[in-house]
Amino acid sequence: MSSMETSVGIVEKQFFTFAEAPNKIVLESGAELGPVTIAYETYGILNDQKDNAILIAHAFSGDSHVAGHYATDKKDDKPGWWDFLVGPEKGIDTNKYFVICPNILGSCKGSTGPSSINPETDEPYGLNFPMMTIGDIVVTQKMLIDHLGIKRLRAVVGGSVGGMQILEWCVRYPNMVQAALPIATTMRHSALAIAFNEIARQSIISDPNWNKGDYYNSQPPNLGLAVARMVGHVTYLSDAAMRRKFGRKLQDKKSFSYGFDGDFQVESYLRYQGEKFVNRFDANSLLYITKAADYFDVVDLMKTPALETKPADNKIKYLVVSFSSDWLYPTYQAKELVQALKYKGEDVSFCEIEADCGHDAFLIPDDRFISLIRGFINGIS
Amino acid sequence: MVSPEIENIRFDLRIISAEIPDDSRVLDLGCGNGDLLAWLVANKGVQGTGIEQDRERAIHCIGRGLSVLQGDLNEEVRDYPDYYFDYVILSQTLQQVFEPEDLLHSLARIGRKVIVSFPNFSHYSNRLQLFFKGTAPKNDHMPYSWYDSPNIRVITIKDFRKFSRDVGYNITKEIFINTNPANNDGHVIHNFTNLRATYGIYIIEKERP
Repeated sequence: MSSMETSVGIVEKQFFTFAEAPNKIVLESGAELGPVTIAYETYGILNDQKDNAILIAHAFSGDSHVAGHYATDKKDDKPGWWDFLVGPEKGIDTNKYFVICPNILGSCKGSTGPSSINPETDEPYGLNFPMMTIGDIVVTQKMLIDHLGIKRLRAVVGGSVGGMQILEWCVRYPNMVQAALPIATTMRHSALAIAFNEIARQSIISDPNWNKGDYYNSQPPNLGLAVARMVGHVTYLSDAAMRRKFGRKLQDKKSFSYGFDGDFQVESYLRYQGEKFVNRFDANSLLYITKAADYFDVVDLMKTPALETKPADNKIKYLVVSFSSDWLYPTYQAKELVQALKYKGEDVSFCEIEADCGHDAFLIPDDRFISLIRGFINGIS
Repeated sequence: MVSPEIENIRFDLRIISAEIPDDSRVLDLGCGNGDLLAWLVANKGVQGTGIEQDRERAIHCIGRGLSVLQGDLNEEVRDYPDYYFDYVILSQTLQQVFEPEDLLHSLARIGRKVIVSFPNFSHYSNRLQLFFKGTAPKNDHMPYSWYDSPNIRVITIKDFRKFSRDVGYNITKEIFINTNPANNDGHVIHNFTNLRATYGIYIIEKERP
């Protein structure tokens, strides 16, 4: 799938540090934070007019590694998470566009987060890291975009929590966004989504190793984090996908063990996903980011007409995409967004893609999805 | 955006396109592959939006740069502010709508003018078939049998005129055409329209006090 000809090839993570004391940034909560480092990757070339930039926002446990490989990758290492969509002549064509993906504030993939060193104590922040919001994440992304000298983004694209960042971009910096693609996302979490996040958080918090977030010099709360991932993972799938993938098949056995070792394939799959996750993610980051996603709510902002009356040719062009089997952010929530945009007189397109793989569908190669994104982005003028 | 050549657009849509003034805001319901919208955007500078139920067609439209919502037109038309569009186009769809009165009411709310086209069921070929063969009309324009036809509403030019009057729409223009279903050709009919036209095209607006 990612043959060398159509890959962005070898990529490198870059870092931008700003807000050194005393010029700290003030977060939505009122707390101050600084210095802030944002890790990011770029693909393609920024043109002289600096008007071919596309910002990609990643989902909650994602990172800046959208496409290609690192020079240090081993043979079996997977390419970036949207490699099927981003690259030369792909849906988001890096021969035409300059693609930027920042790692979000609060994460643990190179940007400042609870596992970063607090310069005031020379210890990891832990719970001293201030609560940040999706708005704060976008403010730091905007600082990166300013730093790169880009005045207006051709498009902002993101799925899930990435889609929330896209909506936040549209309400905060409408004049910097030419087109917006919120994918498999929502204007705010339903009680169901908050409930699953809370189960994930409680799983971490009730792990004795969590130690009120202070575990960086000891055993981390791996059991709690693994269970949190298991819960999350189920919400990303669907009944149909799980039936197709696992059904009631047993794992490496022909009959029940009549115990709790795990008989079903789905049990062993979730355990594997949980174990894999603890090696790449920080439990405190999960707490902060899920909470930021739960706080996120742009319903009122999306429904209020923009204060500044913008000339018609300066309007954001929206493409809202949902997936039919997504039960975390179901199509009705995407339609509420479309409804709000229509009512405001925004230029909006919408498509629900038929897919049985649940919320995760936006991370799975699909020709209709790719051609939709390609056509829409190439049609931005 | 690639605009189709006007000759390649269905005849009734060509007639409709001629009625749309430059730079107007247009909603095309059941926009199909988006030919009419693309032509209007490219040649008349309209701000166009389409609604299309079929996913593949909607993806095709969005892929050619059009603003299109994939969804059910009866639902999608509810969310716009009053008189948001200058023109709302409902071409060859009215006969397939379950509640046409409600739909037209919504369209006249969101659009200053509504262009409606529909197959004229009182065309003489239908009458002859019914009269001489005693079977439900089936022909090149309406190639369906009674059991698989999407056309659940039987409308004639005379019926629509009466309906508009009864419900309170002003008919600002009516055009009658005879089309060739095999290609995109056709011509305008002026006499004995209810007998000779295969399609009626109406421009209506809500009567304002």
